[in-house]
Amino acid sequence: MARVLVGVKRVIDYAVKIRVKPDKSGVVTDGVKHGLNPFDEIAVEEAVRLKEKKIASEVIAVSCGLPQAQESLRTALAMGADRAVHVEVPQAQYDTLLPLHVSKILAKVAVDEKVDIVVVGKQAIDDDSNQTAQMTAALLGWPQATFASEVTVSDGNVLVKREVDGGLETVRVKLPAVISADLRLNEPRYATLPNIMKAKKKPIKKLSAADVGVDLAPRQQVLSVEDPPTRQAGSIVPDVDTLITKLKEKGHL
Amino acid sequence: MILSNILRYSKNIGSKVNGHRLQSTLIVAEHDNEKLAAVTRNALTAAKKLGGEVSVLVAGTKIGSVVEEVTKVSGVTKVLKAEGEEFKGFLPEILAPLVLATQKRINATHVLAGSSAQSKSLLPRVAALLDVSPVTDVIDIKSPDTFVRTIYAGNAILTLKSLDAVKVLTVRSTSFEAAADGGSGSVEDAVPVGSYEKGSGSEWISQELTKNDRPDLASAKIVVSGGRGVKSAENFKMIYDLADKMGAGVGASRAAVDAGFVPNDMQIGQTGKIVAPELYLAIGISGAIQHLAGMKDSKTIAAINKDPDAPIFQVADYGLVADLFKAVPEMIEKIK
Repeated sequence: MARVLVGVKRVIDYAVKIRVKPDKSGVVTDGVKHGLNPFDEIAVEEAVRLKEKKIASEVIAVSCGLPQAQESLRTALAMGADRAVHVEVPQAQYDTLLPLHVSKILAKVAVDEKVDIVVVGKQAIDDDSNQTAQMTAALLGWPQATFASEVTVSDGNVLVKREVDGGLETVRVKLPAVISADLRLNEPRYATLPNIMKAKKKPIKKLSAADVGVDLAPRQQVLSVEDPPTRQAGSIVPDVDTLITKLKEKGHL
Repeated sequence: MILSNILRYSKNIGSKVNGHRLQSTLIVAEHDNEKLAAVTRNALTAAKKLGGEVSVLVAGTKIGSVVEEVTKVSGVTKVLKAEGEEFKGFLPEILAPLVLATQKRINATHVLAGSSAQSKSLLPRVAALLDVSPVTDVIDIKSPDTFVRTIYAGNAILTLKSLDAVKVLTVRSTSFEAAADGGSGSVEDAVPVGSYEKGSGSEWISQELTKNDRPDLASAKIVVSGGRGVKSAENFKMIYDLADKMGAGVGASRAAVDAGFVPNDMQIGQTGKIVAPELYLAIGISGAIQHLAGMKDSKTIAAINKDPDAPIFQVADYGLVADLFKAVPEMIEKIK
């Protein structure tokens, strides 16, 4: 049976309208509602389903970040992960933490925990990078199945339907492999109260970046974070005729 | 260990590149073994902003016509070709070592591709092998090491300086014009082709592409999109009819895709496609943050929605508060 590592990230809740800091150094995060990255919820759900199908023997959730990342790990545990690893990154380094750093940590944890499958979300909704799965696979020298909308594991292979630009594509990758979850992969379950209580008793192993031997030196320097240009207020038109006239005036029709 | 070998190898590459003053860009071409993908032409325009030589790597199973096409695109210095059966399905496990070896051979300071499902799969893999941090979906290039991209679903604009020796970038196609013909690049073989398949552990099985004759979403001048308000796949026919009348591409909100009205590849938004047409007509779409991320750079936005408080009206140049089931047929009839 396979051992599964699932990467989770704590991000600002998807429904929050973010605010840029006046000094242009970043986005306001203090006192803002956070949650598990939606794509990672899907990754956790898929990992737990692999366990329910008796394909996975153990599901290990991992998160890199501030002490609060433990909240996201508890959510993953409440959804059905068996145990968790928190690689704690202090604020100063967290500010310049990039998918490359995270991938190196995930790759190291994957080797240490002897996992066969790494599942992560296809992108985090804060940095929108869409890189971690691909880089983790590269660092491990494993095949990758990104943007997965259907995953079938059998005989040491994973058959994956991938969401690509023109439609869908099917690839087969040999285990061990890295998978990234797209929105359509599954419908994540809600953690029930008894499971949330049980999750409190599940172990979270705490490590530092030094423990995993990953250099967190900055690779990018943030020069500014600004508001996007605002659009000029438009007008409400009374009927279809006016709409068509307006679009004709603009040369669109 | 594989990990440490990769890291050592990439450090060597890094120091070599550091010694070079001139920019040299390697563009990874995207194609279907017949025609060059439009996103690669956008990437070529982005490469011009970097300055220096521009080489284009064309890898595939049958690349003759694509190579010929690329040599004629303005700004292309050199076309590096790699033809072989192993490139079937453009698997990143097989392409990444080829891109890496090519980058090394020409000492490219920048590795670039247009943002697409394919390049998003491939370029981060290349970057990790180079031990550099890639930059996704760049919307502007300020200098050879300073790039602009959006974060938080387009709600903040990040300007960053890359500290890495080699810059690996995907560029948002709607932010750069498509490079036109008018060039005369030379052609040569890319680094030794073959044997990339061995041990890749990945195999391309099949694809199911959505077929239609409408303009491609990414390059369409007009996009008509439907959302949850359209209510069913059958009703979506009305959206197609209006789009056909307007010569438009057809998009959708996540709600319309999740409800099964249309296939996934029509989704516009943070996690779907990003479009910036001359006219975007949103029908029965409320305008959630995640949807706006994919279309708010459209030149003109028009919206039809029966809810006057729908957030889409805050970005729409022209809003019509009406029942789409009445307004859309009326538009189909009245647009000549």
